[in-house]
Amino acid sequence: MQFMLIMNETEAERSKRDDPATAGAYWGGWSAFIGAMHHAGIVINGDGLEPPHTATTLRIRDGKRVVQDGPFADTKEQLGGYFIIEVPDLDAALDWAAKSPAASAGSIEIRPVMPPPAAIPMD
Amino acid sequence: MVGVRTPSAEVAKAASVESAVVAAARASYGRLIALLAARDGDLAASEDALSEAFAAALKVWPTRGIPANPDAWLLTTARNRLINAHRHEAVKARGMDEILRRMDAPSAAQEPIPDKRLALMFVCAHPAIQEDIRTPLMLQTILGLDAGRIASAFLISPTTMGQRLVRAKAKIKAAGIGFKVPDLDALPERLEDVLSAIYAAFGASFDAVAGSDDCNMSLAEEAIFLARVLVSLMPQEPEALGLLALMLYVDARKAARWGPDGAFVPLKDQDATLWERAKIVEAEDLLVRASKLNRLGRFQIEAAIQSIHVQAPITGTTNWAALRSFHELLLTQRPSIGAFVSYAAVLQAMWQGRSALEVLSSLDASDVSTYQPFWVTLAAAHRACGEEEAAARAMERAIGLTENPRVRAFLLGERSALID
Repeated sequence: MQFMLIMNETEAERSKRDDPATAGAYWGGWSAFIGAMHHAGIVINGDGLEPPHTATTLRIRDGKRVVQDGPFADTKEQLGGYFIIEVPDLDAALDWAAKSPAASAGSIEIRPVMPPPAAIPMD
Repeated sequence: MVGVRTPSAEVAKAASVESAVVAAARASYGRLIALLAARDGDLAASEDALSEAFAAALKVWPTRGIPANPDAWLLTTARNRLINAHRHEAVKARGMDEILRRMDAPSAAQEPIPDKRLALMFVCAHPAIQEDIRTPLMLQTILGLDAGRIASAFLISPTTMGQRLVRAKAKIKAAGIGFKVPDLDALPERLEDVLSAIYAAFGASFDAVAGSDDCNMSLAEEAIFLARVLVSLMPQEPEALGLLALMLYVDARKAARWGPDGAFVPLKDQDATLWERAKIVEAEDLLVRASKLNRLGRFQIEAAIQSIHVQAPITGTTNWAALRSFHELLLTQRPSIGAFVSYAAVLQAMWQGRSALEVLSSLDASDVSTYQPFWVTLAAAHRACGEEEAAARAMERAIGLTENPRVRAFLLGERSALID
């Protein structure tokens, strides 16, 4: 079964990426976690994301395009990255999520990946 | 205004009644559930009835006062609720009045309430119940812990945990699992299941592997409480004594596990003055009591291992030879992955890195691939052999499998030391 692990970080945690005093431990923790998942052969896909200030948000309302700088909503925790993993069940997904650095420095949302809808008539 | 209670007095009174109800719940929950469910094995209905009795107490006690024997009051109320539920659903609507009317009969209020919790423990850890739900079942029925808290401790979604508990209770009723202590011939094996279920609440084999103190201790107090109940009900069972001793030894060190800055402190570097002396003394006494009963078992051996560790600061040196013997003895009794890894950790600490590596490489790779203590110990064994690169690789795996952020930070430091 496939799950998306949606990694949320606080601003303070994310800024550790750029501070030379904290970057080593920050990346060390993440690369070890990602390495452990790869060793277990469960990773389908995954990426870290650039910080929220690099985001651009688009909406179309009443036929008009609205393009804004920044993320859709201001929240205490920001989307920092994601993984799609293949594990037997939710228990196993929770087990991996707990080992992620984001678990203690933010939160992780765990969502089943929706299977493709059954037989869509093509013609 | 004489006789008219001020709002603050009302609040104070309500608060004291509430704390009386909470106290009754903590002290008597399992006792009452065990008695209620012993009749027909219906744990779910008993829990419902008891929680209604507690709700009734919160309503009635403030105006009528806290009864002389709160347990008897709660038991009678819950029993009546069960009887009413059986009779007809219509009674439900006026259930509270019914309960109140019946409650006025003071019969049997002073009789001591028999303790059937031991039988309930054996029901929860019955072989017919799936192993991974035995501990949650015990925590809920004996201690009244709510499913959400149990789910968090076991890293399971609250909905799933709730469903599994409901299913397990249905199974107990449907399968007709008897509310009794097993006969003597079945007792040793069944007791092992009860002990394992209690120990599972405490957290896996940790601290035995130095430096891998990475486990969930959120239910440690609850586990110790369960073991105390078991010891009070089976004072002649050496393994029950051993289990309680083991958990007390480990729990006694909890204040020393984290430094003033919150950093993780491995056992060998801990400030022994922070260990809780009273718990250690109690554990030593329990272990002596157990040894006099002359039936050695896994938990007594593990407690003895902990006993050697706590003696180290007193004697100024760790008795590694004794540790090694106890670990070898443990392997003959219970050759688990954790026991092998602990044994390797002892060998490594005795400067026998090569032997430690041999023990570790004999384990099945699929059994250890996500077992963090294995990788911590493998790193230490490689380092003891001067193989720093292999040590750093193993440490990397350990870091990736570590849940506690403070332990992660500690291991990251260890790894940096290897690379430099």
